[in-house]
Amino acid sequence: MDVGKDLVAASATPLVLAILAEGDSYGYAIIKRVSELSGGHLQWTDGMLYPVLHRLERQGLVAAKWGKSETGRRRKYYRITREGRAQLAAQRQRWKVVDETLHAIWMKTSPA
Amino acid sequence: MSAPPSAVPVEEQIAQWRGYLRQRRAINGADVEELEGHLRDQIAMLTTAGLAGDEAFLVAVKRMGSLDSLSREFARAHSERLWKQLVVADDESPDAAVPFLRLETIVVLGLAVAAALAVKAPELFGVHLLDSNGKLLPFYQRNASFFVTPMLVLYFAWKRGMSAAAASLAIPFAIAAVFANVYPFAARSSTQNLTSLHLPIALWFIVGGAYAGRRWLTGDGRMNFVRFSGELFIYYVLIALGGAVLTGFTVMMFDAIGVRVDEFVGSWLVPCGAAGAVIIASWLVEAKQSVIENMAPVLTRVFTPLFTIILLVFLGAMAWTGHAIDIKREVLISFDLLLVLVVGLVLYAVSAREPQARPDLFDVLQLLLVTSALAVDVLALAAIGGRINEFGFTPNRVAALGENIILLVNLLGAGWLYLRFVRSRVPFAALERWQTGYLPVYSAWAAVVVIVFPPLFRFI
Repeated sequence: MDVGKDLVAASATPLVLAILAEGDSYGYAIIKRVSELSGGHLQWTDGMLYPVLHRLERQGLVAAKWGKSETGRRRKYYRITREGRAQLAAQRQRWKVVDETLHAIWMKTSPA
Repeated sequence: MSAPPSAVPVEEQIAQWRGYLRQRRAINGADVEELEGHLRDQIAMLTTAGLAGDEAFLVAVKRMGSLDSLSREFARAHSERLWKQLVVADDESPDAAVPFLRLETIVVLGLAVAAALAVKAPELFGVHLLDSNGKLLPFYQRNASFFVTPMLVLYFAWKRGMSAAAASLAIPFAIAAVFANVYPFAARSSTQNLTSLHLPIALWFIVGGAYAGRRWLTGDGRMNFVRFSGELFIYYVLIALGGAVLTGFTVMMFDAIGVRVDEFVGSWLVPCGAAGAVIIASWLVEAKQSVIENMAPVLTRVFTPLFTIILLVFLGAMAWTGHAIDIKREVLISFDLLLVLVVGLVLYAVSAREPQARPDLFDVLQLLLVTSALAVDVLALAAIGGRINEFGFTPNRVAALGENIILLVNLLGAGWLYLRFVRSRVPFAALERWQTGYLPVYSAWAAVVVIVFPPLFRFI
């Protein structure tokens, strides 16, 4: 199933923040986690994650630090900040509204 | 079994991919490293899953997304990168390139200081910058280029990592230094003035060799150096303007507390600053070359139409009034300068043009500019020829005449090629080749003036 570009873009911020709320992580692992969580339905173009991460970093929602990978290469790790957690809570509220609304109408028209 | 045969190619492929990524303005060194790390993780995962190295590479690159869309997204997230990132050290990124930049900053500052001190070095041997009347000593005039150009060559040799070749670049400097200083010039000799003027032109060619390295023999490498020279000139003028303001304030403020600093300003601040600024300006050009639209082509676009109009009106006025060009002493030189300017406009228009683009109105305008400049110059040459016939040859006249002919030939060639290009007979590359191939002629002539003229005219 293809979710579509717009939805992927819209859900990117809460998804990344939520994954980072589970614990510090880095780009490749975040992509893998997204794929796991969505059962492979939510496919990101890998490279697109990084501009998103950088924008969140600039907005102060996440913080980045260079560390080392298992193989000794430099790797950039991201961690969610306090503002990030607040933003995540707000986003969660909004998505809940959307989700509940859609759910309500779908229950009426064609009960799953 | 030995290592899998695909192991090396994958490294090469990754290096190539990294190279493409680096060319994107919106993606900086740290981003490239981050993306490469991702690519490698992905490849490692896929190889563990059973894919061969190159297959894993292909899949990983595909998943990463196309470079164009990637670069667009990065540009959106970092819109400032396309505008500023002027160098020095953008502090937000713990960039892999930063240590190199810092080192470069140190090297550049060191060379700038070296150039500044080189100006004062002869004073250790009792040769002072200004004589008792406050006039520049001929020694300094002749040797001015040696204070700066060797440092520039060192900088480029260091930056391009060519140590052995750089050593051979020292030879022309040594030869030039000998010719500039062994000739017994007469007092107020005009051949000495000619040497001072032409030596930098000859040596600039050596700087080009250091700048472009092995590519100096190719049209591309030379054209890049032409671009560099134009930008350097603009930066230098800007720095000089700033320097003038600084100097003005220094004099004014110390004057206000009754301390006279004229001596310091005249013999330290201005000459040392002028020498050091060349190095700094070169570094700035190097550092920002890929970031901001270059200025020289922009100025060319603005002034080409204006000069064309002036030249056409001038020709019209000559025809209308019937006045011939009045031959005074400076006329030959001023027409040389006019040609230099027109050649410069043509050269920078060529340097900035997309070679594949079809002929457009601006090319027609260039052709018009070249033709009208040629017409004006032929009129001037005819007038001057008569004067030389009448009063004989002097070093200044021969030098100016030689330069005029060199520039005239260049413009004739350029005009002819422009005509054929506008009529779609030759590709634009022919014009580029003509201009880059012509560059050595200028330096060769300058070298002739420095080496042959003084003995030829008995050092007068």
